[in-house]
Amino acid sequence: MTGVLLLAGLTVGQAETPLTTTGGAAGLTLPVSPLSDDEQILHALNRLGYGPRPADPARVKALGLATYVEGQLHPDPAPSPVMGEALANYPVLGATTAQLLRDYPRPAADLQRRVANGEVTRQDLREMFPADRRPAAIVAQMQAALVTRAVLSDAQLEERLAQFWFNHFNVFSQKGAVRWMVPAYEREAIRPHVLGSFRELVLATARHPAMLFYLDNWMSTRADLVMPRGPNSPVSALPRLAGRAMGLNENYARELMELHTLGVDGGYTQQDVTEVARCFTGWTIDRPRDDGVYLFRPRAHDSGAKRVLGQVIPAGGGERDGERVIDILVRHPSTARFISAKLARHFVQDDPPRALVERMAATFQQTGGDIRAVMTTLVTSPEFWSRDAYRAKIKTPFDVVASAVRALDGRLVAASGRGAAAAGGGFELAREVGRLGQPLYEAQPPTGYPDRAESWVNTGALLGRMNFALSLAHNRFRGARVPLDALVGSADRGEPAQVLDRLLTVVLHGAATPQTRTVLAAQLESPEITRTTADDRVAKDTDVAKLAALVLGSPEFQRR
Amino acid sequence: MHAWTRRSFMKQGALALVAMGAVPGFVVRSALAQSRSARSKVLVVIFQRGAVDGLSMLVPHGDPEYYGARGNIAIARPSSGEGAIDLDGFFGLHPSLSALEPLWDEGRLAAIHACGSPDATRSHFDAQDYMESGTPGVKSTEDGWLARGLAAMPGPAASPFRAVALGPALPRVLRGDAGAVAMTRLAEFDIRDSAMLAGGLDAKRGFESLYEQGVRDLLYGTGRETFDAVRVLKAAAPQRLPPANGAVYPRGRFGESLRQIAQLIRADVGLEVAFADVGGWDTHAAQGNERGQLALRLKEFGDGLAALDRDLGERMRDVVVLTMSEFGRTVRENGNRGTDHGHGTAMLVLGGAAKGGAVYGRWPGLAREQLHEGRDLAVTTDFRSLFAEVAVRHLGVPRDPLFPGFTTTAYPGVMG
Repeated sequence: MTGVLLLAGLTVGQAETPLTTTGGAAGLTLPVSPLSDDEQILHALNRLGYGPRPADPARVKALGLATYVEGQLHPDPAPSPVMGEALANYPVLGATTAQLLRDYPRPAADLQRRVANGEVTRQDLREMFPADRRPAAIVAQMQAALVTRAVLSDAQLEERLAQFWFNHFNVFSQKGAVRWMVPAYEREAIRPHVLGSFRELVLATARHPAMLFYLDNWMSTRADLVMPRGPNSPVSALPRLAGRAMGLNENYARELMELHTLGVDGGYTQQDVTEVARCFTGWTIDRPRDDGVYLFRPRAHDSGAKRVLGQVIPAGGGERDGERVIDILVRHPSTARFISAKLARHFVQDDPPRALVERMAATFQQTGGDIRAVMTTLVTSPEFWSRDAYRAKIKTPFDVVASAVRALDGRLVAASGRGAAAAGGGFELAREVGRLGQPLYEAQPPTGYPDRAESWVNTGALLGRMNFALSLAHNRFRGARVPLDALVGSADRGEPAQVLDRLLTVVLHGAATPQTRTVLAAQLESPEITRTTADDRVAKDTDVAKLAALVLGSPEFQRR
Repeated sequence: MHAWTRRSFMKQGALALVAMGAVPGFVVRSALAQSRSARSKVLVVIFQRGAVDGLSMLVPHGDPEYYGARGNIAIARPSSGEGAIDLDGFFGLHPSLSALEPLWDEGRLAAIHACGSPDATRSHFDAQDYMESGTPGVKSTEDGWLARGLAAMPGPAASPFRAVALGPALPRVLRGDAGAVAMTRLAEFDIRDSAMLAGGLDAKRGFESLYEQGVRDLLYGTGRETFDAVRVLKAAAPQRLPPANGAVYPRGRFGESLRQIAQLIRADVGLEVAFADVGGWDTHAAQGNERGQLALRLKEFGDGLAALDRDLGERMRDVVVLTMSEFGRTVRENGNRGTDHGHGTAMLVLGGAAKGGAVYGRWPGLAREQLHEGRDLAVTTDFRSLFAEVAVRHLGVPRDPLFPGFTTTAYPGVMG
């Protein structure tokens, strides 16, 4: 079943790709909703994913909404051939930190000095380190791949959750060695757990070199440690540290409680921060600038007894101390509430209904933090399908870019003449996300990016969104091509009203307000709407690109 | 949903024409010139995000405990030649802030130490939130103190550029009913519709009509403000003004923000409040001393402020720059030659109206028993009394709405 039945005459790329996946036939029961069937389908596509492609609503309808939602909760681990091919352009995705350190080396200090002295010219340096071998290329590829996945993936909810959890356990790629660790962090610590166990997710991030480096835990030691000297020293890569007195660093311990688990009002004290920091001493990185893997160093660990949130952690626990802390934190009722509220803010509305958060928190506690179970409570709740929640979320810049390409059935294309690194077309889209205010993997604070409307709506940002709409719809945007002819389909391009109706259907799926419809219809009165060519034997042609841009830049398209 | 009320523009006279419709540029410029016949005061707010180490920025080299607490990262005494720049025999500027020394000597730079929040949080995010909402300990406050101040200020002609934040997102401090604008680059603040040259539908007019409809919610209200702002900026063309008086801004986002703030001030677009932030202060490891990580950040910071002052020249009589950071850092150096989250810190006030050449606030001392929770510089000046003094005495905003629930006992006295 394809979109042809609903959107007669519309030719749609990738219509043959199956929408789902390995969803069990157990059958998810969705609650009665005040929304119409079409509205519910649109809501699911906008909330669980990055918005509909033109043919998606008909495909979900054919499949059945409950089956679609269930499939999203049980995604097929194998990427579609189209996405697999697109992601093959980004080799860093599968690379280990050690490989990346080798393939995208930081210019050695000695080389930097020789450049400064003029012994090596910048031109020489550029030849030694072409753009696609510089460390900056790692993050550029990650950014491009993330947009590519949002646009192409059938496992839309999994993509949304991958971004949600990365943002929750944020690391800043521009801090020190983190950029070489980001691909492994997302691949090993985040993606395997996005619908899995919250405890495993916390543990995987706690142990990951990217987090250990970003929040300084790798340097945190018992108070009285003096770093040994010599080639086997844990700090042999940082000779400045040899012989130095080390000590406790509270940064990770604080953010683990404030941002990752309990929440800032979750009921911990400064004393708890210090005790948790003691528990995590010795969780460090083996040679961070060489191969960068996790290592527990007993010599750096504070082996004394600790007391965390009233619970005694006896002396001598070693590496287990940190795991016990994580157990205490993920079982704490504050964590269940904090995580549930944050998920509900992302998927339902900025200020989610308290009753929903409480039910999600109950599921969280009953299942020991099973994220899929918590998400199931969310998507089967009347609150999720309520009129209040419908189109209540304002799109982030990432949402805008991904959903606009999907809405116009865009194809990612390589920008020409920029070498292999430009392949795939995701680079330009990712750069646009950055220009609109959300540079991916580059949120500096551990809070990640905000998830509320007022953070993303301001005059400068709106202008940027309108300009992106113009550029994309006119196919001036390098990196994506949109098939305007196919979108307009059988509508008569000499009849602007027909073209407008078609665009509103294909892009907004009935979500245009009467005011917007009226305003756009009024544009049709403008004599410029149809372009006459010098040769007046050719029929008048509606300015489809501009109309499409207006629809993408409309207030309705800024919501999801 | 939020009960989000957007300010309705209260425009009068010629400026209203500018905002409402297409008017030739010369009319706009004369309208703008008229609207500032009494030259408006400008407040530039700089947020050092990440908690700057106030003890390195404004060094208490005269405190007997300072050098003992910081073996590797102390800033050397002024007498050592390369150390702190002495200000008053007790405090000194970090040597990387040497560009600010002449401003101190001319009495246009004031500083305040041991300033901060009455709330003891050591969370960057909570502390920044409190410093921007102006309500320490209260998270439910929806708007920022600068937005509240501007919204309450009587004024005949509010420009769409009354409050501008440099950056892609509007900071908390300007969220609310002030109609603030966030922008990254002045030159790109327009609908870029190159296809228009070739004929076809006027996209700008189309977008504008889309946002003229509908209820005045966050989205539609912002849309309308956007097109007012585009018109005013197009007429005033601030982006064409090169830095004056030989001012050279440091490279990077911070310098670029300050350069554009100066352009907005010099182009007379009706700017009253500008905001820029600068990060990189969270020096948990390898902080450095006279040289190193923090020294580099401070150099960019000081050079940027000095360039702004030079660029604006005479105009600095009407401008005050206020710097802030969410809290300070531990007095004692940590195990990684860095510092952890602390409490009190130092802030700067720069401009013609500042009573410069002095360090304000009571110095609480660095001996263990004098420290906050035995580890951090105590706060002796509530940030709200400093911010209130600057906002009330410089901008002329009413005091009441700025900091609900806070009764200023006395201003620190930084304004002349």
